[in-house]
Amino acid sequence: MRPASSVLLLTTLTGFGYGLLAWMGVFDMLGWLPDTRSFGPVVILTALGFASAGLVASTMHLGRPERAWRAFSQWRSSWLAREGLAAAATNLPALGFAISWWISGPDIPLTVALGLCTGVMALLTIGCTAMIYASLKPIRQWHNAHTLPGYLIYGAFSGILLLTLILGFSHGAVRLAAGIGTVLGIIGLIAKRAYWSYIDSQTPMVTLASALGFSSGLVRPLDLPHFTENFILREMGFRIARRHQRKLRRLVILVAFAIPIACASLAALGVMPEILSAFAAMSAGMGLFIERWLFFAEATHVAAVYYGRAA
Amino acid sequence: MTSLPHTRTPKKKLGLVIDLDTCVGCHACAVNCKEWNAGGFHAPLPDHDPYGGTPDGVWFNRVHSYELESKDLGCRTVNFPRSCLHCDNPACVTVCPTGASYKRADDGIVLINTDICIGCKLCSWACPYGAREFDEDAGVMKKCTLCIDRIYNEALPEEDRVPACVATCPSHARHFGDFNDPESQVSVLVSERGSMDLMEELGYRPVNKYLPPQRARIEINSFETTESTAEGACSPLLKLLDRLLSR
Ligand code: SF4
Ligand code: SF4
Ligand code: SF4
Repeated sequence: MRPASSVLLLTTLTGFGYGLLAWMGVFDMLGWLPDTRSFGPVVILTALGFASAGLVASTMHLGRPERAWRAFSQWRSSWLAREGLAAAATNLPALGFAISWWISGPDIPLTVALGLCTGVMALLTIGCTAMIYASLKPIRQWHNAHTLPGYLIYGAFSGILLLTLILGFSHGAVRLAAGIGTVLGIIGLIAKRAYWSYIDSQTPMVTLASALGFSSGLVRPLDLPHFTENFILREMGFRIARRHQRKLRRLVILVAFAIPIACASLAALGVMPEILSAFAAMSAGMGLFIERWLFFAEATHVAAVYYGRAA
Repeated sequence: MTSLPHTRTPKKKLGLVIDLDTCVGCHACAVNCKEWNAGGFHAPLPDHDPYGGTPDGVWFNRVHSYELESKDLGCRTVNFPRSCLHCDNPACVTVCPTGASYKRADDGIVLINTDICIGCKLCSWACPYGAREFDEDAGVMKKCTLCIDRIYNEALPEEDRVPACVATCPSHARHFGDFNDPESQVSVLVSERGSMDLMEELGYRPVNKYLPPQRARIEINSFETTESTAEGACSPLLKLLDRLLSR
């Protein structure tokens, strides 16, 4: 599948934004956040800023961005519509969380409840994004049990790193957050490697013969319908060279996980937590962007078999 | 509505039967499809650099050619026109966030309302058959309409109320009709010849059916013997000509 940068930006940025919101809810409940008046509202608005930037980026992918509002209507059947609704709905508790914090402080039950509500909505939104991909049967690298947990883990991972960075600047419980970041990084790395070994061992769902409805026999492509690229080949026939794939996977392990894990674990031990947590978050941001690029580039679509390409 | 129609038994189930035995791969159906639809329901269709080195545009029907080798059939060419199959379980419809993609309850035709499509392309990802093509000029998705602007067109003489691809096929490899009617030509063809769903394992339950290639009814000799008999059967005049021309 062709990696469209607007979609990659969408899922990476919303991962950071909604991940941060989810952790804000949890940390507030546990009383681990600085109780200055401005901390909550500023961080919540930052998180919403990340999420909105992602959503705005995604509308650049649309052929008719001015009609984007129509995408809310079919929530009964469409995960894309559900994602839009969940994203919009998250704004309500999130703004309530910020306002309640500003007016009555982080510790009163209303603020805590709104914070948890925000967290749940944020995770639901990430889940809807994941389900858009996981529900697409023609793409075996997406339509499997790894996609949903993967998105949630990477969202939680990027969110906690962003929170660590913020806590570093505001003298909060940065070492605690960095510790959680370390653990999530390790879980993320394991999940990513499990995903790769899963898709590498998958057998294609369809063969050229089954695509043509033949139960037996050997089929070879002879003539293509057209000799230049078309929409189907550009969008669905995207292929990544194997040697690039290997290199990029190593890059993801290093930049998305190994560096952030190393930085976060040092920060958790109290070694330059401000600087190292900033490194961890930036490295994870770049690494997860490459991870999303690979998520698309490695994905194959069954329609490509008609053109003699593997799916 | 992108939820599927609840009527389990729609009045009609319109679709195509394509005979892979007789399709000669001439691309006439693809060309006539483009011709009709460039002025039809989804008009205009993009057509960039049509006479240049890198033509690019939206087509609803594309003809592939394959080589099939099997015990029963030996080795033969199979031409395979690929267009929307108007599936009974079309995920292209249910994934659509706007309601632009829909399946008609009355006749099962899967259509796009390009007035509300936002061009998110998700439906094209959900279609296993590569039947939906994005119109970069208009920013919306387009696809085969089963020629709704012909089959219900009362301005056309009755015999022309069939899809453009069916009307034009020189080897009568394409048939149009109602699969709910057991007497219809398409139902009879399918029950006589048998057919398999394309990518049955994905469960989209395509309505269009493809009739399998058949064993040749005349004896075909292997290449060597054909050549030698051709040589032997040649008239002396042709042999002379051949010798003169091969000098
Ligand atoms: S062939 Fe593709 S576009 Fe047509 S109904 Fe089936 S899934 Fe949808
Ligand atoms: S491209 Fe248009 S028809 Fe397809 S899913 Fe998006 S809004 Fe629906
Ligand atoms: S039914 Fe009409 S739109 Fe569909 S492939 Fe045939 S000619 Fe094209």
